[in-house]
Amino acid sequence: MTLAVLNVTWQTLADALSLGGIYALMAVGIGLVFGVLRLVNFAYGQLVMAGAYAIAYASVWGWPSWAGILLCFGIVLALTALMDRIVFRPLRTHSPAVMLVATFAVAFLMQSIAVLAFGQLGTIASSMGPLNQPWDIGGVQIRKIAIVSIVVAAVCLALLQLLLRRTSVGLHMRAAAMDFRTARLLGVRANRVIGGAVLISGLLAAVSAVMLTARNPQVTPIFALDDTIVVLAGVVLGGLTRPVPATLGGFTIGFASGILGGALPTNQSQYLPTFLFAAVILVLLVRPNGLFARADGAAERL
Amino acid sequence: MRKLPELVAPAVLVLATALLGLVVSSALQTYFLDTLLKVAIVVALYVFIGNSGVLSFGHISFVALGVWTAGVLTVPESQRAAIMPGLAGFLSHATVGNVPSLLLAACVGLVFAFAVGLPLMRLSGLAAGIATFGVLEIVNNVLRYYDKIGPGLNAFSSVPETTGIWQATIGALICIGVAFSYQRSRFGRQLRAAREDPAAASAAGISIYRQRLLAFAVSGALAGLAGGLYVHMLPVEIDSLYLDLTFLTLAMLVVGGSGSLLGAVVGALAIGGLDSFLSAAENGVDLAGWHLDLPTGTAVLAVGALMALVLIVRPAGLSGGREFSLGWLKR
Repeated sequence: MTLAVLNVTWQTLADALSLGGIYALMAVGIGLVFGVLRLVNFAYGQLVMAGAYAIAYASVWGWPSWAGILLCFGIVLALTALMDRIVFRPLRTHSPAVMLVATFAVAFLMQSIAVLAFGQLGTIASSMGPLNQPWDIGGVQIRKIAIVSIVVAAVCLALLQLLLRRTSVGLHMRAAAMDFRTARLLGVRANRVIGGAVLISGLLAAVSAVMLTARNPQVTPIFALDDTIVVLAGVVLGGLTRPVPATLGGFTIGFASGILGGALPTNQSQYLPTFLFAAVILVLLVRPNGLFARADGAAERL
Repeated sequence: MRKLPELVAPAVLVLATALLGLVVSSALQTYFLDTLLKVAIVVALYVFIGNSGVLSFGHISFVALGVWTAGVLTVPESQRAAIMPGLAGFLSHATVGNVPSLLLAACVGLVFAFAVGLPLMRLSGLAAGIATFGVLEIVNNVLRYYDKIGPGLNAFSSVPETTGIWQATIGALICIGVAFSYQRSRFGRQLRAAREDPAAASAAGISIYRQRLLAFAVSGALAGLAGGLYVHMLPVEIDSLYLDLTFLTLAMLVVGGSGSLLGAVVGALAIGGLDSFLSAAENGVDLAGWHLDLPTGTAVLAVGALMALVLIVRPAGLSGGREFSLGWLKR
């Protein structure tokens, strides 16, 4: 069974969907922090990198894979909490440029710590290997991770929407995101609520780390750096102001880069970033507020 | 004339750095050259970001184009086939001298920034940030792989090394001079007004789009010039003109204080100086009879930590976003 449109096979399509799923997860994490803090967290990729190292070292030490995943969640959440307390909270009232550059500094810092501690060459996270085995579906070989990441992304998104829309914690988050001072005056523990949102974004970073190490077990200090950049572009492309457009943007750019990677002839595949970012620029010129953003600008932020 | 200290203070800082660079050993002089070129790049960034308040991640692509222009045109013709075997058309034989290559680098920066700015300056905020980042990605990607126009992943070797301490100083001073005259001109003032209050500026008849475009083109020219100076200093690889340099120069600008020319220069000198000192110490330096030898990677670590610290303690930057004035001395 083949799907021979522009060289795109079912395999490529499934891989593109799975990359879209992982990027959607990262996009939710970035979009959530932006929603509550007005902060583009560039250090998000380094959180994913830290989680990936946790998995890699757990598998080097011979731990079972569930223990590696637990370690990954623990480390990423601890780092996220630390980042929120030391960097985000003191800078909350400052201009977006200052906050963005502060997250650059954090990203720099974490990357150089990784270089000093683990070296440039990287470590192999072999425990996620089984997820990379293919399933045979109707004559098409589809890697398990492709399906797992799509399902996980959908479940995480649904849970997050439930939390934001149907619980009082979610209501507090949306209130704090919209107007920090008024929310405080009305009795919302805004610091705690915002800290909670940042922790959820850390949780999503840990999930993304598991998915990304399954796709690419070679963990280096620049692990997830390129992905974060593409996701950031995707998030702005979709519309940064609310989670659903941001997620759709992340999915779109992951899917598009997966399809482009498969459709481009091999002698042109190194120009993938050129095509991808040219498309991003074109879309932004036509729809500067984002592809999926609503027309009314002053809407809620979460 | 009352505003002259705004120009003199940054220029004096640069000259002091240059004089210090003249007296140290030639091994250490490289670090001073590098810091002076960082000043040129950060001042180029400042002309756009400081005056407009819009972030740009694309300026290192103008530096890269400056490197490419000056590099490809000054490699001696006899060695061009060995270094850049794929070169096509006039690029395979056209050769220019040192000063013309720098002027051409600035022109290419100017023209490219203008062309890119024509559509992109309509955007603002994060959309502008991501779109300019896209420009960086595309330029880096094309220069890295398209070997008909350059050395691809290889370094621009055999370029005449004319950027000594004098050429670097003059380059940095030219950038500071242009930045000063721009921000004192009516165009600079209009753009700064638009930065403070876009609605009021538009109502007063200022075309924000045109003013941003002008600043973008001017800063593109300065970035191109800095790139030309850079390739005449050492064999540059295209890969070194990408994310790390983008973040480092932006951090220099923000740490120094993006609102003032003084801030741009102070940030570049402070972080550049610290980075140079620690990098030198990684190879071992003798300081007043004291031998200092740090493990590799300490420099990046310390610079990252310092950047975060300055931003948390003093978010408006070291200069507080203000220019130098004589009043500072009287207090």
